[in-house]
Amino acid sequence: MTPPLVELSHATKRFLKADGGTHTAVSDISMTVGEGEFVAVVGPTGCGKSTTLSLVSGLEPPSEGTVDVAGSPVRGIPDGVGYMFQADAMLPWRNVIANVAAGPIWRGVSKSEAHDRAQDWITRVGLGGFEKSYMHQLSGGMRKRVALAQTLVNEPRILLMDEPFSALDVQTRALMQNELLDLWSGTGTAVIFVTHDLEEAIALADRVVVMTASPARIKDDFRINLPRPRNVEELRLTPEFIETYSKVWQSLSSEVETARKQGAARVA
Amino acid sequence: MSHSTLNAPGTEEAAAADGRMATPLAKKDPRAQLRKHKTLVYTLRIALLVAVLAFWEISVNLWFDPFFYSKPSLIWDKLVTWFTDGTAQGSIWEQIAVTLQEAVYGFVIGSVAGVVLGILLGRARLLSEVLAPFIQAANAVPRIVLSAIFIIWFGLGMESKIATATVLVFFPVFFNAFQGAREVDRNLVNNARILGASRFQVLRSIVVPSATSWILASLHTAFGFALIGAIVGEFAGSTKGVGLLISTGLAAFDSAAIYAGMVISTVLALIAELVLGYVERRLLKWRPPSQSETVAV
Ligand SMILES: Nc1ncnc2c1ncn2[C@@H]1O[C@H](COP(=O)(O)OP(=O)(O)OP(=O)(O)O)[C@@H](O)[C@H]1O
Ligand SMILES: [Mg+2]
Repeated sequence: MTPPLVELSHATKRFLKADGGTHTAVSDISMTVGEGEFVAVVGPTGCGKSTTLSLVSGLEPPSEGTVDVAGSPVRGIPDGVGYMFQADAMLPWRNVIANVAAGPIWRGVSKSEAHDRAQDWITRVGLGGFEKSYMHQLSGGMRKRVALAQTLVNEPRILLMDEPFSALDVQTRALMQNELLDLWSGTGTAVIFVTHDLEEAIALADRVVVMTASPARIKDDFRINLPRPRNVEELRLTPEFIETYSKVWQSLSSEVETARKQGAARVA
Repeated sequence: MSHSTLNAPGTEEAAAADGRMATPLAKKDPRAQLRKHKTLVYTLRIALLVAVLAFWEISVNLWFDPFFYSKPSLIWDKLVTWFTDGTAQGSIWEQIAVTLQEAVYGFVIGSVAGVVLGILLGRARLLSEVLAPFIQAANAVPRIVLSAIFIIWFGLGMESKIATATVLVFFPVFFNAFQGAREVDRNLVNNARILGASRFQVLRSIVVPSATSWILASLHTAFGFALIGAIVGEFAGSTKGVGLLISTGLAAFDSAAIYAGMVISTVLALIAELVLGYVERRLLKWRPPSQSETVAV
């Protein structure tokens, strides 16, 4: 049996706090993601979702437990990982095409080849005509497209996405969700998609993992048996979707409530 | 000088904020308005300069002794003499060339060293922690006094002035480059690493460009420091240069000569500022206009 593409086992991550104590961001997390699987991770704000992604990406080592990618433990950044950050991370002094071509060039592809690939992806994410624009000249949605193209041009086997669409308006978000599904389908890429938005999670994913309030543990792991190909706007209105939604929401809502109380306690 | 162009968008916004854009005037071509605004700014600047010079001239004529305070017309006469008949030390152009050369050498050496060391230390955490107190101590040394030591070390020629200018330029550039390299957005670095950048590529493609705006901001003041270094060095002991003109003026109690020397060095600094402003705008053309205003302090 081949090992799963991503496997976290009993992974814990602690951070040093400013007052010298430690803060446990994620605690004893075990989960696997298989090839071509689309896993959405939901949980209350500040619980440790981004931290989980940084463990998989190799940017942060786990304090305890292990993280394996493609069967070998993560040391440094594993091959084939793409990561779309929660915040914008494109280079503001480079235009769109130079930003998208950066990855292949850093990986040793020739400049003209990298530009060809970048051009192809810019067109595929619908940004044709904006190759020479700088980041500050683009709208929020366009910047997310640049980030998407920048990540996908490396053809990752594992795609980590941290609330990629949360800053977008409802229409643009639905558009981007459909486009993401189009781009992803048939590629065999494993996706770990962090979001606050349960509708988004269910509409996109094969599995929805619910995390507890801080420190994050895995509370539930729901399989979403909705047929593909999906159109997120139409899917939302189907009875199956609504049924799944209420089932997952029951699990999530109590965590959101706990997180709210934690927040209130911290402020008090 | 160069700030006027950078400030222009901001002033336009200010005009919009106080409601002037709502008047029918606003329907005009905004570029024509901008031009009009610029003309106004330049006119007011010239008026201010003329007013200050006139006040100086008149008040010296009425109340003060021109021997101590000099006055614009005497300074002008001095400058005319220097440029037509030459100075006691030879052609004025030669003096300017010597000072400028010292300043430029000092500027280049000091800023290259400052940028390289600043960026390296900014990225090497352990090394910077170890060296921090020593750098602070070196920074606390009164650097102008070093010009005397440099004359002992390097003699009365250009080398001692270049050394003074270099030392003056190095620290502000170093601290800015250091800060710039430290404040690099971690997201940008992480993203680049994920995309496949090696440590060296991160340094070249992320750290250096991020620090550029910090470095350029320091280079503006740095050239001024280089000129000061050259002139102070010449003042302390030399055979040529604008600083020597000033010190000869001092020895002869010729206050007009001192002021005339100051005018020349000011003009040199302003020209350098124009050149640097041009370079900065070329290098930072990716930035949204509102940000470039803040650098131009
Ligand atoms: N580098 C760090 N140093 C110290 N504490 C950190 C660090 N990164 C995250 N944390 C803490 O870990 C906790 C979890 O953070 P994380 O960013 O993973 O949350 P999240 O679930 O992604 O939240 P959100 O949904 O708001 O993005 C937070 O309390 C945060 O303060
Ligand atoms: Mg997060």
